[in-house]
Amino acid sequence: MTPVVFYILAAICLAGALGVVMTRNVVYAALLLLLALLGVAGLYLVLLAEFLALVQVLIYGGAIIIVALFVIMLTKQEEFQAMRDNPQWPLAALAAIAVFVILFLSMREGSPFASERGSLGFAELGDTLFAQWAVPFEVASLVLLVALIGAIVIAREGGEEE
Amino acid sequence: MTVTLLHFQVLAAALFSIGIYGVLARRSAVLILLALELMLNAVNINLIAYAAYMEPVRATGQVIAIFVITVAAAEVGLAMAIILRLFRNRTSVDVDEVDIMKW
Repeated sequence: MTPVVFYILAAICLAGALGVVMTRNVVYAALLLLLALLGVAGLYLVLLAEFLALVQVLIYGGAIIIVALFVIMLTKQEEFQAMRDNPQWPLAALAAIAVFVILFLSMREGSPFASERGSLGFAELGDTLFAQWAVPFEVASLVLLVALIGAIVIAREGGEEE
Repeated sequence: MTVTLLHFQVLAAALFSIGIYGVLARRSAVLILLALELMLNAVNINLIAYAAYMEPVRATGQVIAIFVITVAAAEVGLAMAIILRLFRNRTSVDVDEVDIMKW
């Protein structure tokens, strides 16, 4: 059962990802990215990481794609349609394939990991996050705050125009 | 036949490579950002897969994945603000035309 689910989800992810980098239409690209990200959320469920699957759907599906769609609609649409890819795209494809081959060769070596997935309860994850990782957690919240204030300052109307 | 760690590694590597292609080949800043999200997700898949196949199971991989998602959210917010600003100042989001800092 699990391999079938895994292959279906992997196919969804890869199809969505290929669509993101292939399609001409920017709105389609954002929606295909949503498809790929939801596939990733399904993979998290296969990996028995329920909390991460929830967070993935909420943050990526609910926030990041919406922000991307807003920016696409606030910037000019016609230009996107006319914009071709970089003329050096064969080089980019070559680089991508080279990275994949290198990653694939490096992962063939015997790994000391178990052959079965283990699950992790919400409680244990919370304990680790708020005890062992409490300081990095606070720093992360500060990073988020600074980024949001920065985004408001940068995107604000008016200000010093050139 | 079961799903092993190798399956997830191959999938994550494929997603990462597709993301690299997108970042290098696209010219619209928004599309580059979307491809970047693909790469971040590939890394997250790896982190969580390693955490799940660890013996005994540790929470650290999932915690780091949470941090990656946090930073990704901050990054998208900032980058979209910069793209909006860029569009307002130069009426274009083509990264080839953004060469003010090029000497």
